[in-house]
Amino acid sequence: MKSLKVYAIFYLIFLYAPIFLLPLFAFNSSTVIAFPLDSFTTEWFTTLLTLSEMHGALLSSLKIAVTSAVLATSLGIFAAMAVSRYSFPGQKGIMGFIMLPLVLPEIIVAVSLLIVILRMGFSTGAWSVIVGHTLICTPFAIAILQSAFASLDPSLEEAAYDLGETPASTFRLVTLPLVMPGIISALLISFTISMDEFIIAFFLTGAEPTLPVYLFSMMRFPKLLPAVMALGTILVVLSVLLIVIAEFFRRRGAKRTGNDTGGFL
Amino acid sequence: MTTAKKDRKTLISMQNIQKHYGDYHALRGINLEIGEGEFFSLLGPSGCGKTTLLRTIAGFEDYDSGYVMISGNDMRGVPANKRPTNMVFQSYAIFPHLTVAQNVAFGLRKSGMSKAEKAKAAEQALEMVGLKGYGHRAAHALSGGQRQRVALARALVLKPKVLLLDEPLSALDRKMREQMQVELIKLQREVGITFILVTHDQEEALVMSDRIAVMFEGEIAQCDDPEVLYRRPKSKRVADFIGVMNFLSAECRVEDGKKIVNVAGLGETEVADDQCPEGFPDGAATVGFRPETLTLLYEGQTATHREAAATIDEVVYYGDMTYYDVRFDGVDKAVRISMRNIFGRDVLEVGSRVRVSWSPGALVVFG
Ligand SMILES: Nc1ncnc2c1ncn2[C@@H]1O[C@H](COP(=O)(O)OP(=O)(O)O)[C@@H](O)[C@H]1O
Ligand SMILES: [Mg+2]
Repeated sequence: MKSLKVYAIFYLIFLYAPIFLLPLFAFNSSTVIAFPLDSFTTEWFTTLLTLSEMHGALLSSLKIAVTSAVLATSLGIFAAMAVSRYSFPGQKGIMGFIMLPLVLPEIIVAVSLLIVILRMGFSTGAWSVIVGHTLICTPFAIAILQSAFASLDPSLEEAAYDLGETPASTFRLVTLPLVMPGIISALLISFTISMDEFIIAFFLTGAEPTLPVYLFSMMRFPKLLPAVMALGTILVVLSVLLIVIAEFFRRRGAKRTGNDTGGFL
Repeated sequence: MTTAKKDRKTLISMQNIQKHYGDYHALRGINLEIGEGEFFSLLGPSGCGKTTLLRTIAGFEDYDSGYVMISGNDMRGVPANKRPTNMVFQSYAIFPHLTVAQNVAFGLRKSGMSKAEKAKAAEQALEMVGLKGYGHRAAHALSGGQRQRVALARALVLKPKVLLLDEPLSALDRKMREQMQVELIKLQREVGITFILVTHDQEEALVMSDRIAVMFEGEIAQCDDPEVLYRRPKSKRVADFIGVMNFLSAECRVEDGKKIVNVAGLGETEVADDQCPEGFPDGAATVGFRPETLTLLYEGQTATHREAAATIDEVVYYGDMTYYDVRFDGVDKAVRISMRNIFGRDVLEVGSRVRVSWSPGALVVFG
């Protein structure tokens, strides 16, 4: 038991210590990334504001993340609904293949997509990153939405129908409000994954880089390294915030329908 | 209770309903007539098809063949949202994202009523089920009994011709269940709507219903009012399912046109036609009788009907009642006798020799 505890503590330090170093150097006035720390400054954050290329990268990242999140969540709704309502032959196998990108190395997804796109004679661009990100976000969206649909008592929909509603108005008045927390949660998680994703974006991005790709390119300039730290800090804080909000929505939904299954936190 | 239903107009009529789930034959030729304003129960063990039949009436379930008529209209192809029926689901299916009042007024959305009229109707329905003033509460914070009442109000506010209830009391604890049984009977009398109740609890069905249909494996075994069902079950299986029934083996024969039964341990007696629901068997038979049709005779008491000697095997004391398991002389099997306890009269002990009074008219003969 005791050694397990020690293991857990070391694991957490190993996992999070580098991330805690980010804000440390982001607020450090020295351009050299080394201890001892110099003095406190917010200079690097103001530098970020002046980098116009970064603004372009931020914009294209937002565009890609919003589109991928909407696409992945929409696909997720259909898949989760189909799985929770109907059983059909080969259901488990099909679901297995849909969930596979969760564990597939992203580099495989990225390279194979790149080959397919180039072979078909298209050129890469924001759209191809969206395709790749939708692919890797969909399993997460499905996992979240599946638990939202599974905790929905099917007799609620029947009750609405019994009380005179049509299937369409039942979906609008009962199903949608009850799975809405799950939908919001799926949107936020997908958005976060897409915002943070590097490998697929790096391979498929074309002329306009996303924020992580731009961040990577900045690393070549030692002068900009503290600004990279600042940008990294912002991304980490934002991601954590979004995931916490997503989990809040998921739990609220689970509490309402009275049973909690799944979830990532 | 038997006379009132005779002049009831038929509201629901089902003819030869057949239903399969894949290979499984769930409903095997259901024929039923249910009257206007009747409190009707579908009673049977779990898995016998009660819910399926109820959902067939509600319009949630398709059937292979047969007819469901409501008020003389064939319901084939009429979807659940267009039928004059409303359902109280086993899980109550209260919308957790709405308030109590919004739940109750849910079905009034397309009624053309003004907002104020809807609110008033909802409030009245809530008052009817004893939840006056609960309208603004969040539905997901209610107790089981309260949810049940909201579900009732939500269905009744639409003034359906038929209210369908799928095991509405099974999730409640015993006290609450007994209280709700009485309230449901009162409510049904008050609104005069036909109630069709699904239950696996024979006591509940006996307490609440005008008539009961007993179902086994997708078939209706017997449909009668509670008294007839209890006193004159049409088969051994129904007899066994409703209340406690003692069974003893017997020999049957006809002598001078009289139907004579020789019951093990009790002796010979003549029986009437209505005591033989499956026809009079020739030779070996089984005879059934209820625990309260037997009486233990104390010293000095004489039998009102017939008498037999027995030994007490087991005594179960319930306060107001005592159950005795006794063995008649020459019989291996014990039978149960229920005796009301009278102040000043001792409960008898295990092993005592006793005389038992029994009435030939209470016997039911099965093949
Ligand atoms: N949707 C379904 N698919 C397949 N079989 C079903 C379905 N619904 C019910 N059944 C089967 O039909 C039988 C009757 O079910 P049901 O009407 O729910 O019984 P009850 O309500 O009397 O307990 C059961 O054996 C059940 O397994
Ligand atoms: Mg059932």
